[in-house]
Amino acid sequence: MKKIGVLAQQGAFVEHIAVLRCLEVEAFPVRVAEELEGLDGLIIPGGESTSIGILMEEYALVEPVRRLAKQGFPIMGTCAGMILMAKRISGLHLEPLGAMDMDVRRNAFGRQVESFETEVEIPVIGEPPFHAVFIRAPYIEKVGDGVDILARLPNGSGVAARQGSMVALAFHPELTNDLRLHSYFLDIVCGKG
Amino acid sequence: MDKGTWTVKCGLAQMLKGGVIMDVVTSEQAKIAEEAGACAVMALERVPADIRADGGVARMADPTVIEAIKEAVSIPLMAKCRIGHFVEAQALEALGVDFLDESEVLTPADESHHIWKHDFKVPFVCGCRDLGEALRRIAEGAAMIRTKGEAGTGNIVEAVRHMRAVMDEMRKIKSMTTDELTAEAKALGASLELVTEVHETGKLPVVNFAAGGIATPADAALMMQLGAEGVFVGSGIFKASDPEQRARAIVKATTHYRDPEIIAEVSKGLGAAMPGIDIKTIPQDELLAPRGW
Repeated sequence: MKKIGVLAQQGAFVEHIAVLRCLEVEAFPVRVAEELEGLDGLIIPGGESTSIGILMEEYALVEPVRRLAKQGFPIMGTCAGMILMAKRISGLHLEPLGAMDMDVRRNAFGRQVESFETEVEIPVIGEPPFHAVFIRAPYIEKVGDGVDILARLPNGSGVAARQGSMVALAFHPELTNDLRLHSYFLDIVCGKG
Repeated sequence: MDKGTWTVKCGLAQMLKGGVIMDVVTSEQAKIAEEAGACAVMALERVPADIRADGGVARMADPTVIEAIKEAVSIPLMAKCRIGHFVEAQALEALGVDFLDESEVLTPADESHHIWKHDFKVPFVCGCRDLGEALRRIAEGAAMIRTKGEAGTGNIVEAVRHMRAVMDEMRKIKSMTTDELTAEAKALGASLELVTEVHETGKLPVVNFAAGGIATPADAALMMQLGAEGVFVGSGIFKASDPEQRARAIVKATTHYRDPEIIAEVSKGLGAAMPGIDIKTIPQDELLAPRGW
């Protein structure tokens, strides 16, 4: 059985663990660097990117996660996770992980009263469209070679991307009952995606 | 595109989990909170310890204070309105605050009714002392619940009492048979629908934080081990002798709440905590927690 770690510094990690267990993989919270050992994949959840980033630095998780990203290890980031995986971030004074060659704008849609849910077409998972929940969400401003945008909103904002074994989502698949994006990531973990 | 939905409101509370929400009264304090790893700040004119000491009527903060703090940080901004004062809530929503706390720390504006929170796009958090109070607030539209504790005392005893009351009651309801739920809902003063949901899931339908009296990293971890999903720290940080270090220590203890070695490590050399108050020495009519209906 595959083992997936979910960074548990702060945020909605319990929800990811619950989804992964529905998909019959082993899922664990990761709070310190030793807990990264023996994993087949890693999820960086939603939460506050500053809180997660600061606690990753304090407990020496930044360099190990950067190393894993360089080795082509499967990593999926949602919302704050996507922000941390970017190479460049607007609106944050924190050093991102730089795992994916993309520029991400933080709180890109505005404050909480602008948070929204909507249907998003994501060709790699097929029909029907994915019901996506965006909370003080970021979007992708620019990507480098080797990064594919998997989904855009009607106004053109990139909200899902893939580079090698890494996936970044601006929204929260862990807050809905649609398991397709977690399954998509697990296919990558299993070498089938 | 649907904005201000129940999912989006509860979703922000879910994103705050495992984090520390800190009371701040200036933009400098807000920056200290953000750099310490706070997941949100609560913008106030006075922290609860000062509200308690000053007496008189405590109202929502001056919008100038809230706007200065809003400009200073990128993390979510919370603000407090008085119980039942839906116009303060409307004004705070118009200011672009991310989360409202209909709070017993301020002087209630209505002694029978809370705000009908479903009317707002901005999510609300409300305090509770027990499960009935929590479920009444959720029925009115609170997307997040916190214990009341006894704010501004630096004394954790009331928050512990309230968290234990909520958790014990939920364990009891979970083990009931379906035909017992109606009488239980009546006894709690809560809707049968929400009592049934607790019976089925064993937990609150919204995120549940601890607040009121948290002053040390160990206090924060205690509340987390008792079942809180995150903590509010009011006077506990900026009434301490070294706010930066204490803020960082409480953030770490909240994440690593099950790791005694980390809690011991971060508790070293923090300087003086805020001065505490024995609840028994507070006159009954000066207690904040009984405010709310």
